[in-house]
Order: sequence, then structure tokens, then C-alpha cells
Amino acid sequence: MITLNVNGQRHNVDADPNMPLLWAIRDILGLTGTKYGCGAAQCGACTVHLNGEAVRSCVTKVSRAAGQQIVTIEGLSVANDHPLQLAWNELNVPQCGYCQSGQLMSAAVLLRENPNPTDQDIDDAMSGNICRCGTYQRVRAAIHKAAAMQREGAKI
Amino acid sequence: METKEVSRRNFLRVTGIAGTALCLGFYFPANAKQEELVTASGAADSEIEMNAWIRIDANGKVTLTDHRAEMGQGSYQSVPQIIAEELEVDLKDINVVFAQGDQAKYGSQITGGSSTIRGIYKKLLKLSATAREMLITAAATKWNVPGGECYAESGHVIHKPSGKKFNYGELVAVASKLPAPKEVKLKKISEYKLIRKPLQKLDTPLKTNGGAIFGLDKKLPGMLYAVVERNPRQRGKVKSFSDAAALKVPGVKHVFKVQMKVFNTIREGVAVVADSTWAAMQGRKVLHVEWDDSGFEHVNSADLFKRQEELLRKEEGLFAKKQGDPDKAIEQAAKKIDVIYQTPYQAHSAMEPLNCVAYYQSDKVEVWGPIQAPDWVQGGISTEFKIPKEKIIVNMTFLGGGFGRKAFLDYPLEAVTISKEIGKPVQVVWTREDDMTQGPFRAGISYRGQGAIENGEISALKFKMAGQNIDHWNSPKRDHANGSTTEGFLNPYFESIKNISFADVPFEMPLPNMWWRSVYASTNGFAYESFMNEMAVLAGQDQLDFRRRYLKDERCQRLIDKMEEVSGWKSRKKGDGFGVAITECFTSTVGQVVKVSRRADGKVKIDHVWAVMDCGWYVNPDIISAQVEGSIVMALGAATTHEITFKDGLTEQQNFYNYQMPRMSDMPLVEVHVMDNDADAGGVGEPGLPPFSPALTDAIFDLTGKRIRKLPFDMNAV
Repeated sequence: MITLNVNGQRHNVDADPNMPLLWAIRDILGLTGTKYGCGAAQCGACTVHLNGEAVRSCVTKVSRAAGQQIVTIEGLSVANDHPLQLAWNELNVPQCGYCQSGQLMSAAVLLRENPNPTDQDIDDAMSGNICRCGTYQRVRAAIHKAAAMQREGAKI
Repeated sequence: METKEVSRRNFLRVTGIAGTALCLGFYFPANAKQEELVTASGAADSEIEMNAWIRIDANGKVTLTDHRAEMGQGSYQSVPQIIAEELEVDLKDINVVFAQGDQAKYGSQITGGSSTIRGIYKKLLKLSATAREMLITAAATKWNVPGGECYAESGHVIHKPSGKKFNYGELVAVASKLPAPKEVKLKKISEYKLIRKPLQKLDTPLKTNGGAIFGLDKKLPGMLYAVVERNPRQRGKVKSFSDAAALKVPGVKHVFKVQMKVFNTIREGVAVVADSTWAAMQGRKVLHVEWDDSGFEHVNSADLFKRQEELLRKEEGLFAKKQGDPDKAIEQAAKKIDVIYQTPYQAHSAMEPLNCVAYYQSDKVEVWGPIQAPDWVQGGISTEFKIPKEKIIVNMTFLGGGFGRKAFLDYPLEAVTISKEIGKPVQVVWTREDDMTQGPFRAGISYRGQGAIENGEISALKFKMAGQNIDHWNSPKRDHANGSTTEGFLNPYFESIKNISFADVPFEMPLPNMWWRSVYASTNGFAYESFMNEMAVLAGQDQLDFRRRYLKDERCQRLIDKMEEVSGWKSRKKGDGFGVAITECFTSTVGQVVKVSRRADGKVKIDHVWAVMDCGWYVNPDIISAQVEGSIVMALGAATTHEITFKDGLTEQQNFYNYQMPRMSDMPLVEVHVMDNDADAGGVGEPGLPPFSPALTDAIFDLTGKRIRKLPFDMNAV
């Protein structure tokens, strides 16, 4: 049994220690907001927070995540009201939406560490997340918008 | 369009529906040219199955059925936005559900050809207005006042003189027993409150908290997971396989051979079924399969393009269109060019790899998945498994991208095959590598453009294409030119250019190929519009002015004016490279201006893209902008970062490490303008793609003097 702390809840899971965290989260815990895109840390669709850092869950073994604090998209906010989620809604960022959990989880770490990111900072932090629908321009605008909301006191 | 008359007898027969809900939809008679608008009562009268496009329950709940897939193109928003306008309900009070696959009920459900809105909007407007009028009549009847004194707003009917109001739910019992009016008045564009407004999309909240259910997110009790090792040359056979090691992997339950029809060929593979996706993948890793890849050519990309070029130099091909005598005009001309363009094979690479859940039971089959054409899937399962359509339920989930690939039937049929074999529900998961290497691909096509200029005017244009024809996978017709040879090329050119021809030089390869966003326009557009830019140079004219002379159609003229205005075309500075292209795709015209410049480090950068879309009548300008932005990114990738190549018949790219996607840092500033007119609606999801690569390469030519005629090219090397 491996203990996984996901979104503040403890789960004991019976999984191969080599199983990537992605599949444990999706197939065993049933939290399907975290997506499989490439299985090779190339696209960022599977991004979750491990002790506050953005990691690619498709290449992170469950054994490495055992006992650590994991946050998935389902845990980013209680009411879909993280400044990034609000900005994403306001600017109609998603198209198909498949990569957006990963985009949001990467952006959340950027915004926490850098409350006022420049375009270059956004390029650096977000270039690991592929969007085949091509929503990059809106992702960028929404990160700026969320940063402004955060500065104006929205909760995070 | 006709409405069904409803007799008194039928009111009694349909008590179960009428009285509790107002349902309106269309009936698609198999052989009729026009669909008929029907109410629930009318449907019962003729015992036809009705698609309840709009359903208003007695509690006032409004449910709209989205007959098409939502794959990012916006049907989940644009269909309700149309209906809410004429029905007079608030978007927030609408519940949207995806239709199940059923062509008899919904007509064509293929989400392709950018057809969702342009195919149905007039009917949806009429349907919604009809429901509204029935609710108004019901209220007027209940109040015993003239209908003309009542109006509808925000899900209520209001009696103007007295201010009394009913909510729609209170009117359902009466309204559902009324005959549908034959004629209803539709709003003028100037009266729209929702249509043409950049409203927030209804599916965004679901896509920011992990709540949207895509195909891979569908789970059933007792469901197993399968991955399939498919023949890497796509059409070879399984000679033998050893399942011993795979069956020893904890969680692996079954290993067996599967066959799948892919157009007119059979794809063979070995399925590994387990109790988790990961276990199935581990089992597959230790599977040993021997393939029989005899009997077909093992393609090498370099040879393929060389052969296409040779054919274009040698063969005249089959004419798709010919007027005047281009050969003679070219022969006589002093100023002429003769060039070859090449476009690569491409994978669709939707972010959600292919997958499907299927449950085959003795008396029925049900599938769930990211499916672009649920009606085709229903038909395909019926044919392949010899089961009547009514026993086949096809459920569309949200699609994590489609781009044409998810309109194909192989992956749902494969899932049904595997479920049948194991007798349990199963989710078949394609890895990224499976998705990328198996195709079907966009075909790589070569083009030859020949043209002549006399006295500053085009005296002749002659185009030929050589590439695999999508249609040949089903029905080889090698004596006919590809019907899409002129796709992307603007019709008004044919009116102003006297000598012009398009020909298709038949070219076959044993590679699975199919449509990819914007289909032939995605490759034709590059060749034809690049060539127009080369002709402008040959004629010594400005590219936009040059097009003005040949695209005399009024909408084209206005589009060109707009391109010139928004891009600052006339005030462009020295040191900036500006390029243009205009293409037609699914009845919409898009013009783009691209600006590039050389950075301090010597590399060329795309600074700005101005896109002007003329799609006629439209629903949501923000969705149009998003679709054009996305189309430009997809075109950018196909022009500069990725291609599928083959070596000894094997696909050389497996994953995003060798099929590189544009990323955040590659994103140029894109500005989209939508032309305002009330012409018939055109497509939106695809037409923004074709003009980008010819406009980009034209801008690079403007900056560097170097004309790029082969895609993809390396932006860092220009």
C-alpha cells in the first residue's frame, strides 16, 4: 500500500510503485482532470503540484509521490475561483480544453512565485505545455489578467 | 419547410409527452430534400422519431441538444447561443446535452467541413422562434388576450398592457398541445441580443476545474483497459506473437490478435487487456510480435517527393478545371515562371490521443468516446457486427481535439471488437506513439505552378498537383481528377483570368491518409497563393493591389481593403517583411497579412499576424477569433516545426520530442477581424488555416529575397 495525499485527502492505494502518478490519480483515485497527453514529459497535460512544485505526473513514479502533498486541478480552488480560473473564464481561453488543466497548474506555480510575470517569464514557465488548439495568446493574456486580479486582492 | 398538422385524436395519444414538456425538433425523412419541423404531437401523429432539439419542461428547465461534437470549435456555445436568441431564454438557464449518434433523427452529425453552424443555423432560428410563438399563443390563450399584446423575454411571456407574466414552464401544458405555426417572424440582425456578441462560453467552467468528461475520462463499473500493438507499417500482418511474458505482468488479463478495417485495408495488431492502463502498457512492452510486411511498398519520404516531382514534370494529369489555352499563352510569353511547391505529411496529434470505451452485450452495443461522427460510428458498428442500428448507442464525450482524425471509425470499431472478445466493457487507449505513427495522415502533396505575365497582366496560370487522394481509400477512381484540386483557390479568379487550368496527376502510395483541418485547402492554399505572390513579383506589382485586379467580387474587394487598413500595409517600414495570402475554405474567405523582422540575434521573428475573416452571418465573434488564432498556430506548426516522414515504411516520428509543436514562446501576436455582412453563414473552424503559410513565406521573401517553396522549413535558418 502506498499513501497518497491528494488535494488534502489521504488515500491508501494498491499500486505498482513504478506506476506513474498520472495513472494512479486517474485510474485508481478517479480524478480525471489530470490528462494523459504524451507519457514522456513533453506536453505538460499531466501537470500536478508535488509539494507546491509543478511536476509531470506521467513520469513521476507513485513511489516518489508517496506521503508528499499532491494537488491536482480538482484541488486548485474550491469553487473554480482561483484568479487564473476566473481569468480563463473571462477570456474564453479553452477550446477543446484537454490541455488546460496542465496549463492552469503550470501557471499557478508561476503566479505564486512571480506575482507580476513578464511575457518572457510566461514564455519560460509555460513553454512546457503544448496546446494543439493554439490558445497560447489567450493563456498569456489570462495569466497577466490573473496577476492583476491577484495584485488587486483576489484570494489565491 | 412544412409543419405537421396535429389532429385532436393525436393530442390524446401523446398525453405522455404533451402536457409535461414542449419539445421541438426536426424530422429527417430518409429521402426527403427538406427536413420537416415537428412538435412532439406531430411526431406522435406520424409515428416518426423526433430529435428533441429544444425541450422545455414544466419546471421551466430548458434542455438543448447539441447534435454535433464539441472539439474546441465551439458548438457547445454557438448552438445554444442561436437557440436562446429566438427562444428568448437566458443562456445561463440552458442545459446542453450531446446527442447520441442517429442520422435518422439528427441528419448528418459529422463535425467536419466547418459545417455545424452553416449547415443548420436557419433551421435552428426557425425552430426556436416557433417554440417562442407557441409559448406566446399559450399565454394569450390562458389570459384570454390577443397574442399581439404579449411578448417573450428571459424565459417568460409578458402581457404588455397589464405587466402579467408566466414563466415558460407554466405554459408548457398548453403550448405542447398547439399546432406549430406555419410561418414565424425572425429577428433582424440589428435586433439580436445574443447572436454576434462575444459571450463567455458555457463549457469554459468545466474546462478550468477538471470537470469536463473527455473520452479517456469515461469509466464504467468492471471496465478493463486495453492497449494494442499495431503493425508499425500500418498494413502488414501478424505472423506470430508470444503472449507468455505479457500474461505474467500483474494485472494483465488477456492477450489476443485483433484485426481492424482501415478503409480498404486491414490493420492487424495484438491487444493487451488489463485492469489498469499502466498494467496493459507494461504487458505490451514485453509482448513479442513478428510481422509479415510483404506485399506492399515500404515507403521512403525522399523517394516519394522525388517521384511526385518527376510526375509533375512528365505528366499532364487529369484536368479538374480548364479554361482558355494556358499552354499556348505560356509558350508565347516572355515573362514566365515554372516552380514546384511541396507540403509534408502531417499527423493530427490532438492532445487527447485516440481512445474509446465500448461495451458489447448480446443484445446491444454501447460506445462512449471522443467521436466526431457518432452517426457514422453507429452505421459502421451496425455493418461490421451485423447488429441493427437501434441497438447501438453511440455517446459523444467532449473531444480533446479532433482535426478530422476523430471522424474516422477504426478506433471505436476496434474497441467494440475487443469488448466482444472479452465480454466486458473496455477502454482502448492509444499511446501518443500509437496516435502519431499509425495515421491516417494528411497526405504530402507536390504542386507545379506555371504562369505567364503579358503587359503586366496574368496571361496564363497552370497548376498541377500530385499526391495521394483521400477518396481512393474507399473507391479508386483513377480516371477522375481529384474533386478537391481547386479547393482553397478563390472562385473570382476564374472570372478574371482567361487561360487557366488545374490538373491532378494520379499518385498512389500504401500510406493511410485522410482529411486534416481544412483538408486540401491546407496544402493547395500554400501552393496557389504562394504562386500568386510570385506572379505579383513577376508583374512588378504590390501583392494586395495585384489581387484587387483579379478578385473583382465585392466581398473580396472589401476584404482586401480591410487587410490593407488593419495591417498598416501602406505605411510599412523598410526592414519589415510583409506577406499576404487569401484563401477560400468551406465557403468562408480569409485573408492574412504576416509581418516578420530580423531580431538582434539574426533570427527571423513573426511579429504580427492580421487575419480578416469573411464568413457571412455569424454567431460569436470571440469564437471566430479563437478559431482563427488556433488555425494559425496549427498552420505555423505544419509550416515550421513538424512533419511526418517515412523510412523503410516506418513512421519516423513517435512523440512530441521529434514532432515538435509550436509552444508559448513561438506564439506571434494574432489580431482577427470579422467582416460584417448578412450573407449566408460560412465555416469558421478551418478557414483560418490555409492562408497562413503562404503569407508567412511571402513575408520572409519580402524580408530576405528568398522564396520558400517546401514545407516545413526552419525559422532559425532563414
